[in-house]
Amino acid sequence: MVERIEQIEAEAKAAIEAASSATDIEEARVRYLGRKAELTGILRGISDLPPEQRGPVGSTGNKVRKALEGLIEAKVDSIRHAELEKSLAGDRIDVTLPGSPARRVGHLHPITRTRRMIEDVMVGLGYQVMEGPEVEHDYYNFTALNHPEGHPARMLQDTFYVEDEQHVEQVLLRTHTSPMQVRAMEAAPPPLFMIVPGKTYRRDSDATHSPMFHQVEGLAVGEGITLADLKGTLLAMLREIFGPDREIRMRPHFFPFTEPSVEFDVSCFRCGGSGSLDDGSRCGLCKGIGWIELGGAGMVDPNVFGFVADSGYDPDSVTGFAFGFGVERIAMLRHGVGDLRLFFDNDMRMLEQFS
Amino acid sequence: MRVPYGWMADYCDPGLLPRDLAERMAMTGTEVERVVTLGPPSAEGFVIGKVLDVVKHPDADRLNVCQVDTGDAGSADGGRTIVCGAPNVAAGQTVVVALPGAVMPGGMKIKQAKLRGVESNGMICSDRELELGEDHNGILVLEDGPAAGTPAAGVLPLAEPVLELEVTPNRTDCFGIYGVAREAHAISGAPLAPAPWDGGPIGPGVGSESGDLERLGDPAGAVKTADRARVLVRDEELCPRFTARGYAEVKVGPSPRWLRSRLIAAGMRPISNVVDITNYVMWLTGQPMHAYDLDLVPEGELVIRRAENGEKVAALDGNDYELTDRMVAVADRNGLAGIGGMMGGSVSEVSDSTTTVLMEAANWNGPNILRTSRDLGLRSEASSRFEKQLHPDLTLRAQAVAARLMVEVCGATPMTGIVDIAAPVPAAEPIWLRAGRVERILGLAIDTDRQARALEMLGFGVQRDGKDLLVSVPPDRHYDVTREIDLVEEVGRISDLDRNLPATLPSGPGRPGGLSRQQVLQRRAEDSLRESGFDEMVGWSFTDPNEKDRLRLDPEDPRAGAVRLANPLSEEQSLMRTTLLGSVLGAAQRNLSRGADRVALFESGRVYLPAAAFGPGPLGGDFPGNTRPPFNEPQHLCGLAVGSVDPSTWRGEASGADFFALKGVLEHLAGSLGTAVSVERIPGAPTQPFLHPGKSGVVRVDERPIGWIGEIHPLVAAEYDLDCAVAFEIALADLLQASPVGEEAYRDFTPFPPVDRDLAVLVAEEMPASSVLAAVRDSGGELLASVSVFDVYSGEGVGEGEKSLALRLRFRAPDRTLSDEEIEPIWSGIIAALEEIGGKLRG
Ligand SMILES: [Zn+2]
Repeated sequence: MVERIEQIEAEAKAAIEAASSATDIEEARVRYLGRKAELTGILRGISDLPPEQRGPVGSTGNKVRKALEGLIEAKVDSIRHAELEKSLAGDRIDVTLPGSPARRVGHLHPITRTRRMIEDVMVGLGYQVMEGPEVEHDYYNFTALNHPEGHPARMLQDTFYVEDEQHVEQVLLRTHTSPMQVRAMEAAPPPLFMIVPGKTYRRDSDATHSPMFHQVEGLAVGEGITLADLKGTLLAMLREIFGPDREIRMRPHFFPFTEPSVEFDVSCFRCGGSGSLDDGSRCGLCKGIGWIELGGAGMVDPNVFGFVADSGYDPDSVTGFAFGFGVERIAMLRHGVGDLRLFFDNDMRMLEQFS
Repeated sequence: MRVPYGWMADYCDPGLLPRDLAERMAMTGTEVERVVTLGPPSAEGFVIGKVLDVVKHPDADRLNVCQVDTGDAGSADGGRTIVCGAPNVAAGQTVVVALPGAVMPGGMKIKQAKLRGVESNGMICSDRELELGEDHNGILVLEDGPAAGTPAAGVLPLAEPVLELEVTPNRTDCFGIYGVAREAHAISGAPLAPAPWDGGPIGPGVGSESGDLERLGDPAGAVKTADRARVLVRDEELCPRFTARGYAEVKVGPSPRWLRSRLIAAGMRPISNVVDITNYVMWLTGQPMHAYDLDLVPEGELVIRRAENGEKVAALDGNDYELTDRMVAVADRNGLAGIGGMMGGSVSEVSDSTTTVLMEAANWNGPNILRTSRDLGLRSEASSRFEKQLHPDLTLRAQAVAARLMVEVCGATPMTGIVDIAAPVPAAEPIWLRAGRVERILGLAIDTDRQARALEMLGFGVQRDGKDLLVSVPPDRHYDVTREIDLVEEVGRISDLDRNLPATLPSGPGRPGGLSRQQVLQRRAEDSLRESGFDEMVGWSFTDPNEKDRLRLDPEDPRAGAVRLANPLSEEQSLMRTTLLGSVLGAAQRNLSRGADRVALFESGRVYLPAAAFGPGPLGGDFPGNTRPPFNEPQHLCGLAVGSVDPSTWRGEASGADFFALKGVLEHLAGSLGTAVSVERIPGAPTQPFLHPGKSGVVRVDERPIGWIGEIHPLVAAEYDLDCAVAFEIALADLLQASPVGEEAYRDFTPFPPVDRDLAVLVAEEMPASSVLAAVRDSGGELLASVSVFDVYSGEGVGEGEKSLALRLRFRAPDRTLSDEEIEPIWSGIIAALEEIGGKLRG
C-alpha cells in the first residue's frame, strides 16, 4: 500500500510538472487530491486496514498529500505570474513621447546666475550681502569716498544727475556700489565683512560700456587686515569662479577711496596664463597677455574712515580693504558673451541658453 | 601721455626693451596703454647719403637720376644710382637713403627696381615717408655733418618707440617727460640725470654751456620784464601764481628738426619755434606755458580776473567762447586775451612778424579749471594738466627751461627778471613714516633701508630717526602725497609687490556670513517663476516720458515719473521707471517681432518712486546709513505671458495663457513662500488704467494690497503690438513679510476622519466667489476645516443674471469623529449666512 502511495506521488509530480495552464493544474489537483482521487480513497479507508499497516500508510499518505498540495500551490503561482507577464508585455506605451502635461522650464538671467554665484562664494568666506540705494546722495557716492568737489577723479566717472529740488545736495545715480561702504560702516561698528551686488550707472554707451551695469562691491574692516589679506580673498574668490588653477595679479593703481589702490587681474583660464594656445596661436581671450583685467581694489583710505569715525572706525586701530568688479564682465568671460548689450536686450533665444 | 623713449632716455635710460619697461610700469602704477613705433619698424637699412650728382631721367620728366654716396661698396664707384621723383633734390645735399632691404613705415620693402629703364638701388626719403613730419614738398635734407654711410638712426629718431601712458589723475608728475624718467629710474635703478631746470639736458640742440640762467637773464643794460609787462592778478584763489618773462629780438620761424620731431613723436603739431617751445616745455616739465606777442598787448598790461557773464573771447583754436563769472580770464586793456588755464586768445597770438614775446607760466585752481572745461566743452593739453592741480612752484621750472630754449632756438634776448605774482603756499610739512607701518598695511615686511631707498629714488627727501623715516615731499607730488598712508603706497608699489606679497585671509574676528532671510526668500520667489516656465529678463532702469501715455497712466499718477535725469543720454532714457510693466511689455514686443510664437517673461527689479512715504528698502526694512536715500526703491516682481505658458503636446493643444493661468502662477509663487494671495476687486476703487477693467484685480496678502493682476487693456496691448497678454506686478517686500518660511510652528494633526458635504448655491452673476466663501467661512465656526469652489455653472436651469457655485465643505474636530447631529446646527447657520448675502440653495 505504501508503495502504491509512492507511485501515486511520482505520477502526480510528473503531472504537476507538465501542467502549463490554470486548467491543467486544476485537472491535476482534482485527479490526485480531489474527493474521488485514489489517494483520498486510501486515506479515507485507513481504518479498514490491519492495525500494523495503519501507521505507515497514514503517515506516508498524509506526507505525500501535503507535498502535492504545496507543489500545486507553487505551480499555480508560477502559472499566474507567467500569464500576468504575458498580458503586461502586450500592454505597451511609447515611452519616447513627452510627459504630460508638458512643463516648460524657465531660465534665470545670466546676470542673476552670476550674481548669485558670487554671493554664494563670498558668503562662504564669511561675508554678508547688503543692498543700497541706486539713486543716491552725492555725499555717499563721492564726498564720503574721498572725492571732494572739484576733484578730477569725479571726472573719471561720467555721472547721471537727477533733477531734484527737494534735497540740498546733488542727487545722482550711483556710479559704483561703493556708497554702501559708507552706509554700512555708519550702520554697524567693525568688524565688518560685506558685499554689495547691484545696479550702477555711468553716462557711457558702446559695445563695452553700458549706461546701466551691475557691480559687486566688497568691504572687509577689522583689526590687522592687510593688503595681503585682500590678495588672498580675491584669489580664493577667483578660484571659485574661474577654477582652482587660477592666479591673481595686482597692479598698483589710483582710486580716491583706497590707498594703496590696485587693479586686479586673473590668469587666463583659456590659455592657462601663457598667452598662447596649444596650437601656438595667440589666445584671443586675454589677447596674448595671459591675464584678464577684472576690477579695482585697495586698502580703505583713512579719509573714508574719517567720515565714519563716530561709528567706531579709527584708522589707528582698524584697517580694511575694499574691492569692486563688474558682474557682466564675469558673465561675459564665463559664458563667452561678446557684446554687453545682449544682457539687456532680453532676447529669449539668448536667455534660454542659460539654465 | 605719449613718451618718446629717446626723449626720456635723455634723463634716464632704464636699459629695458620698451615692452619690458611698459610691463614694469604697469606693475608699479602707471598703465601703459600701448607701445607704438614711429616711422619704419626698424632703423636697419637707413643710412646717411651725400648726393653727388643729379641728372634728368631720359624718359620721364618728373624723375631724376641721382648718384648718391652711401659710404658702402654699392656706392664706391661714383655713387649709388637712385631714381628720385622729388623736385628739391640737388647735388651736395645730405639725405637719408633707404637701401634695398629696408622696410618703410607701413611695411613696404625697398627693392632694386628699374624705373622707366633705369636701375634704382634704393630710395631717398622724405620727412613724411619716415613719419618724421608732415612736410611733403620733397625729400628730407639734413644739415651737413654726418658722414655718408652713417646709420640714420644716430641722426634722426627712426623707429622711435613711444610709450602711451595712461596716467592716473593723482600723478601730475608723470604728465612731464622728466617725471616719467624719474619713475623709470625708481623702477629700474638706472641713473637719473639732473632735471632740465636744474642744469640737466634740455634737448639735443641745446648746449649745456648755455646753462647759466642768471647770466642769460641779466645782460648789461637789458630791458626789464617788469618795465614792458604789467601784470595784475585780481583773483589769487583762481590764479595762485602768475609768472612771465619777456624776450626781445625773437626770430620766429620753424623749429629745428630735433624739436619738431620730438613734438611729432609726442603727438603734437609743430607750429613755430616760439609756440613749439611752449609745448616742448610743457611736455618736458608738466607745466603748460603760453606765449604772447608782447607788442600786441597794449601797454603790456594783463589783468587776471573773473570773466563777466557773457564776456566773449576769440581763442587760438579759432572759436569764440562765451564766459561766465565762474571762469577766470586774462584781460588786456581792450578785452579778453585768453581763458585762464584753458587757451590763449588770438588777439596777441605769436606770428611770423612777432619780435617781442611774453612767456607766461601760471598756476590755476584745479577744480575751477575742471568746471570751466566742462562748462565750455573745451579740453586742451593745458587744461587737462591744470585741472588736476599743479604746484605753483612748477612755473619757475618752466620759465628756466623756456629761457634756454628761447635763446638757443629763437636767438632771443631775454629781458631781465621774471614777473612773479604768487599767493603764499603753505609749506609741505615733512611726513613721518613710522616703523612697522608698511607691514601693518601691506602684510609684508620691507626693511627700513629699502623703504628709504625707494622713496629717495622717487624724489622724496628722507631723514632717518632710528627705524622711523621723516619724509619731505617734492612740489610735483605735493597734492598727491600728504599722509603716511601715501608713503606706504609709494614704498609698496616700488617693492615688486606682485611677486613678494603673500596671499592670506583675514585672521581676526568676524561675523558669520550669509544671506538675509529676505534675500533667501527673494531667490525662492524668483525660482518659483522660473519653475512656472518664465524666463527672467533684466530691463533698463531708464524709461522714456511717453511710457506713461502708452500705459494710459494719469499725469497725476505718481507712477507718471518720479526720478528725472538732468543729463540723460537721450530723451528715451530720461526717466527712472516706476513700474516694471513697460520693460516687460517692451521685451515681449521685441521677442514676438523677432519670431517668437509665445512669451513668458518675468523681471525681479527695482522701481523708483517718490520718497514722500519713506519706506522700506527693496526687500523691507530701511537701507543702512545715517541719511535716508533720496527716493524710494522697492523691489518688484512682474510676470507677463502671451500665448501658452506650457507647450502643446500630443495629448492636446495648449491653451493660451489667460487670467486664471497667470493667477495660478501667482498662487504658486505665494505658495512657494508658504503664504497665499487673494485677488479682489475693490468696489468703487479704480482699476489699473493699463488693465482690462473686467479681467483684473488687486492682489492682496493678509488683506493688504501688494500689486495687481489682469489682462492687459487692448489699447495698451496694441501699443506694444500684442494681441492678448496677461500680467501681474507685486511689491516683493510685502509678500516676503507675509511669508512664514522658517518660522512655522508645528500643530498636531487630528487622527479623526473629516466629514465632507457639498452644496450648490445660486447667487447673482456679479457676486464674487470670494464673498460666498467668506460667508461660509465666517459662519462655519471652528469645526469647518475648509471650503472650496469645485464648479461654477450658468445657463440652462439657472436664472438669467445668476450663477451656480458648487462648494465642498469639510468639517473636522481635533478630538472626535463628528456626528451628523453635531454638524446640523452649523450647516443651518451656513445656509442662513448664504441666504443673507442673497444666495439660494439649489436642489
Ligand atoms: Zn589667454
